[in-house]
Amino acid sequence: MTKDLKLLPSEDDLKDYSRLRAMEIKTQDYTIQYDEAATTVNCKGSFRLSGMEEYGPIVDLLDSVADAEPPMITLNLRDLEFLNSSGISMLSKFVIKVRQKKNIQMVVQGSKDIPWQGKSLKNLQRLMPSLELQLE
Amino acid sequence: MMTLPWSYLNSAKNLPLDSQEHQGELTIMETRVFGEFIEALPEQREYLVMGFSPSSFPLKQRWRNNGLSADFLADYMTTFFPGDEDDPSAGKKQAEIRSAVSYIANELLENTMKFNDERTPNIISIQLYLNSDKIVFVATNSVRQEAVPGFQEFIQELLTEDPGDLYIRQLEKNAADEGGTSSRLGYLTMINDYHAKLGWKFETLSSDTDGISGDKPLACAVTTMVQLIV
Repeated sequence: MTKDLKLLPSEDDLKDYSRLRAMEIKTQDYTIQYDEAATTVNCKGSFRLSGMEEYGPIVDLLDSVADAEPPMITLNLRDLEFLNSSGISMLSKFVIKVRQKKNIQMVVQGSKDIPWQGKSLKNLQRLMPSLELQLE
Repeated sequence: MMTLPWSYLNSAKNLPLDSQEHQGELTIMETRVFGEFIEALPEQREYLVMGFSPSSFPLKQRWRNNGLSADFLADYMTTFFPGDEDDPSAGKKQAEIRSAVSYIANELLENTMKFNDERTPNIISIQLYLNSDKIVFVATNSVRQEAVPGFQEFIQELLTEDPGDLYIRQLEKNAADEGGTSSRLGYLTMINDYHAKLGWKFETLSSDTDGISGDKPLACAVTTMVQLIV
């Protein structure tokens, strides 16, 4: 029996494991991907799932980003064409989770060419006043 | 597209609830109206109606159809707001209307599918009307009697409280509630972000056909009206 045989995964192993978990989800309708080097979450397409249960895998991905507590998180929504109300709830949950960590700076990037973003993204700032909204 | 006059469509005895032969004659027992609901819209030459038979496919399979239908309604509406190469503001307005119609129609369809009383064969419908200064959405579905009081309580909240505050409170509540299934944000975003006016009509209906248990079954139809200023 070797000295470093481990029966249970250590805390560091679990951290590595969580990093290996799906950091990209790609479907016919949307893609969400976490770029760890840039600490940026890129969203693309349409989030039109039928409720919080269906949004589960996306919530898990966002939760693991917040739990890693990088000093800054950028949420890039510039290619997110459509977001339904359950999706608004899901993104708000993420912003609230980041706010609760207290030590994470947050930037949300949106597009002026996608009308819903100009109407609805400002609400995220109401949830987290230090959040920087970049509409281009 | 159907070519029925509004007066025909506006009657609960007709569009939402007749078309099933075995349903028999329906009588409206009670009507309650909330918010800004226009009982008789002026007769229109331009309108679009879509009907869905709720029992034809399971909800999961039908879900994608909501997005397709909403996008179709939105694309159709842009015909009436043509873009202009020399006027960038016209193109911007067209894009804004397309996006707003797509969002509102999608939310209304999601609601009709999510909260429909699957025990009734009644048709779910969404109608779209264009006026000179507004687009009117009319969505109808059946709801379970027992769900009506909670729904009406929520509507009262929407009509009496500050929509901005209510919206933020709801976001915080959703975030704190792990098991929550309903975001309750659809109507709030329409009011808060799209400045739409909302109204609801509840109609309790009884059928002259006996139910399985021998009694006269009661159904409740709810019609949601959204007015979007353009």
